[in-house]
Amino acid sequence: MVPRFWRKIKYRYDLKGSYCENCGNYHYPPRNFCPVCRRRGRVKEVRLPDEGRVLSYTIIREGEPCVVALIELDNGTRIISQLSCDPSEVETGMRVRKAFRRYGEDGEEGIINYGTKFVPAN
Amino acid sequence: MRRVAVVGVGYSQFGELWERGFRDIVLEAGAEALADAELEGKEIEAMYVGNMSGGRYLGQEHIAALIADYSGLAEFGIPATRVEAADASGGLAVRQAYMAVASGLHEIVIAAGAEKVTDVGDPMEILSASVDMEWERFVGGNLPALYAIMARMHMESFGTTEEDLAMVSVKNHRNGVKNPKAQFRREIKVDDVLRSPYVAEPLKLLDCASISDGAAAVILASENVAREITDTPVYIEACTQASDYIALHSRKDVLTMKAVVKAAREAYKLARIEAKDVQVAEVHDSFTIAEILAYEDLGFSEKGKGAELIREGITEIDGDLPVNPSGGLKACGHAVGATGVRQIVELTLQLRGDAEKRQVDAEKGLALNIGGTGATAVVSILGR
Ligand SMILES: [Zn+2]
Repeated sequence: MVPRFWRKIKYRYDLKGSYCENCGNYHYPPRNFCPVCRRRGRVKEVRLPDEGRVLSYTIIREGEPCVVALIELDNGTRIISQLSCDPSEVETGMRVRKAFRRYGEDGEEGIINYGTKFVPAN
Repeated sequence: MRRVAVVGVGYSQFGELWERGFRDIVLEAGAEALADAELEGKEIEAMYVGNMSGGRYLGQEHIAALIADYSGLAEFGIPATRVEAADASGGLAVRQAYMAVASGLHEIVIAAGAEKVTDVGDPMEILSASVDMEWERFVGGNLPALYAIMARMHMESFGTTEEDLAMVSVKNHRNGVKNPKAQFRREIKVDDVLRSPYVAEPLKLLDCASISDGAAAVILASENVAREITDTPVYIEACTQASDYIALHSRKDVLTMKAVVKAAREAYKLARIEAKDVQVAEVHDSFTIAEILAYEDLGFSEKGKGAELIREGITEIDGDLPVNPSGGLKACGHAVGATGVRQIVELTLQLRGDAEKRQVDAEKGLALNIGGTGATAVVSILGR
């Protein structure tokens, strides 16, 4: 898990995705190959919008409550991420923006993972 | 392509089988299938095994050869192949066996599915490896969480309620009482489900199938051979498979399992029937919402109206379209790689009239086996 995590680190920190100039679709995580156009696709890496809205969510109730949400960013790209807020505040449709947060430790090596989470956008 | 028949079926007890090992339960299923087909064993020409994660659940790979060995088939040196598509592995094994016979390559083939999960700490965590580990699981999106996200969206889009979801669990438990091999053989009430603790809101403990130990086997034969060895062949009229984007966030419509829609459409065409002609179904209720989505994606109801079928009692065992008479994954237990094979066993028993206390009246049955959140779907249509 550790090398796999570090290889993708810039995408977790910066919320980068890909944009296909042929079909106009965005993808997160970035893809080297457009799944819509395949060989005709012209894919480039882009920075995704910082804000979006919650399409649906769940509160995981195993241990500390943890909010996991399906978020649609303002350009239509969808992403599954955690919401860093009081679970009672969450509702479908709420505006959220990205934040840099700790994701916990990885196994016995104790390496602390960071990545993008979302917080309520006020 | 030739017609293919199911000529023998068997499955082990499903559940937390602490005292029994992987090899024991596999042998139980295989021996029962051979006895059912009245075959000796040496007639079997090939074996396909559905198993999601022998490596993580048991620390054992090379599962197909192991199963062939412990089924007493090592002497014959038959080809034994493991196939994997998370919890659709069993459906895949049936489909591989079906293709091997339909193509004319083999006359008699066995498809088995097996999983022993209770030897490790958290079986759901291993099953959750069926989702995108880097972009879903890493941020907390395990299997219950992703189904919960679908459930909430279905509730908010279509008015489905937590009570509707609970009724799926209640129905499947009621059916499980009548299945001697089911893990849970007790009735529950809607209130029991609603009061059970949340796992991932809005899904509660009793909305989730438990990950179980279990094994199942079916023996398939070409039509000509089937007629020689049994008076009650059940034909596989279609066995289709489709895939979808692995992660929920890549799907345009999170509430439609495109793989299910595609596999079902192709299966109906091959079997020359429509959704309304299905008289009994075994579907993949790994979570209660999955059964509601299955009603819709299989065409039993319009999109968004799946909950009406459970509210109106249509999918009860005495309703117009009984779904999961075995108890489904919820009550029978979800033995991961075994589940898709167990569904075919149940349909075969139902169509032959051998389902005892849970017998329904049906000539056409459908099975839906799903991998993860729907990135793999296998649909089989059986008829007598
Ligand atoms: Zn494109």
